[in-house]
Amino acid sequence: MSLKRLILRISLHLIVLAFTAVWMLPTLGLLVTSFRSPENIFGSGWWTVFADLFNVDQYTFENYMQVIYKQGLGRSFYNSLAISVPSTIISTFIGAMVAFGFAWLKFAGRKILFLLVIGLMVVPLQMTFIPILPIYRWLGLSGTFPGIWLAHTGYGLPLTTYLLYAFISKVPRDLLESASIDGASPIKIFYGIVIPISVPALSSVFIFQFLWIWNDFLVALIYLGAAPKVAPVTLTVANLVTNRGQNWELLTAAAFVSMALPLVVFLSLQRHFVRGIIAGAIKG
Amino acid sequence: MLHTNRWIAGLFVGPALILVLFFLTYPILMTIVRSFYGRGTQIFASALDFVGLANWEYVFTSSTMIAALRNNALWTVTFTIFTVTFGLLLAILLDRVRYEKVVKSVIFIPAAISMVGASVIWKFVYAYRPVDLPQIGVINGLMVALGKEPVGWLIERPWINNLALIVVGIWIWTGFCMVIFSAAYKNIPRDLIDAARTDGANEWQLFWGIILPLMTTTIAVVATTMIVQVLKIFDIVFVMTNGAYDTEVVANRMYKEMFNFYNYGRASAIAVVLLLLITPIMIFNIRRFTRQEVS
Repeated sequence: MSLKRLILRISLHLIVLAFTAVWMLPTLGLLVTSFRSPENIFGSGWWTVFADLFNVDQYTFENYMQVIYKQGLGRSFYNSLAISVPSTIISTFIGAMVAFGFAWLKFAGRKILFLLVIGLMVVPLQMTFIPILPIYRWLGLSGTFPGIWLAHTGYGLPLTTYLLYAFISKVPRDLLESASIDGASPIKIFYGIVIPISVPALSSVFIFQFLWIWNDFLVALIYLGAAPKVAPVTLTVANLVTNRGQNWELLTAAAFVSMALPLVVFLSLQRHFVRGIIAGAIKG
Repeated sequence: MLHTNRWIAGLFVGPALILVLFFLTYPILMTIVRSFYGRGTQIFASALDFVGLANWEYVFTSSTMIAALRNNALWTVTFTIFTVTFGLLLAILLDRVRYEKVVKSVIFIPAAISMVGASVIWKFVYAYRPVDLPQIGVINGLMVALGKEPVGWLIERPWINNLALIVVGIWIWTGFCMVIFSAAYKNIPRDLIDAARTDGANEWQLFWGIILPLMTTTIAVVATTMIVQVLKIFDIVFVMTNGAYDTEVVANRMYKEMFNFYNYGRASAIAVVLLLLITPIMIFNIRRFTRQEVS
């Protein structure tokens, strides 16, 4: 019995370790390679550095210098911030407003409008580009930051509304109704009670949206294009793959720059991110 | 419920409704209409030829689209089965080890980075060089070390390269499934599991008899989420192969019709196909939601 248990325990650890290895190795290879010179990259596999791991002569920052200053990734990093921060703020705020409206305000058509918004959550964005693009061109919005802020807000609203509704609809009824009886207007209740009480949910949604928008490729590809002045990191990296597909010293460093911020955000705020995902999948 | 007038209600829900109408409702209707008109990049019907079902004929009979639909089917089945199975397996196994948290982070990290970044990572994993040069991709490095010939993982059609792309998707999304399954699993009352164990149930019986039945709803939700994600798969294919060597998928084909061939008619029809594929899941979601509202 105990031998059987021992074998089971060992195989449990082995399976878990195998998964961990497969999930880590690809990223590790990218990271190591981004610090190697082209001669080294093409002379031997990245795993050979482990034979002499602490020999710092084999590492270089040159690839990062190259992609940040010469390949425009520094500028793209700024663009990505200029795209994701405002988009995230706007969509979280509007999402909170509409979630509150649907959860607590009595008005005609509330239910049907809510289902309309929620039902659109899974619509493939491909369904929307063709009619919007000409309007965007006509309004001069394509290739501009305000254009993509609006697009991300519109596309993100079904999900932000859905996630925030799940939380805001569960705010204790007495709290809001007694404030209402005391004469507080819905606007005052929203700012004074609902927003402060929803900070945990708002931060989850904020992080969720931020990562989604930072990592977005498709929406930027359609509405911004790859002009260096506006292109986010995802577009610039994808362009490098197309144009410099064999320059692994550039591709690996560029990819890592594009991933750096999401990794930091994720590792430091993992709890909020996970909570957002779970709220979306289970509660709703 | 708070009583209010329609102006205040409009203030709260109005901006969102306008955005949703402009970015989702209106374009969905227009795309459907546009799929019956000819090539070109205009939208409004007066400037266009009505072509009836020609675009639809293209969508379901051309060899490029049939290949793309076939690949989407392969993606959907393989990707969904593996993400859900791996996610469930990891959720249950990791509950039994002390270093659960660290491993969970490792598995979940790919969900936090862009699919473009993940595509670069895996393009390097699959890197292939002729047999007389040193291999720089880890898989071919392993192949050579084992005395085998290196393989062009992204070139060998039609199975190896498509599956190689699907692996990237599985690598990205397994963590998402795992996190949700893990939360659901930890919600199962411990007493229930302990009682079954005391009654002599082994882990296998425990899984089929108690864990699985209690998690069916979560599994359904996660599986449908995976299907929604995989049907419109785009970034990975666009970056890694752009559909070359028989790896085309529907969403990538739509992009090509739109931006390479300026054929908005065909592109619209392809987009509607994606919508039709997802419609059953949309209905499932709305019904689930209304049911929950009632209960």
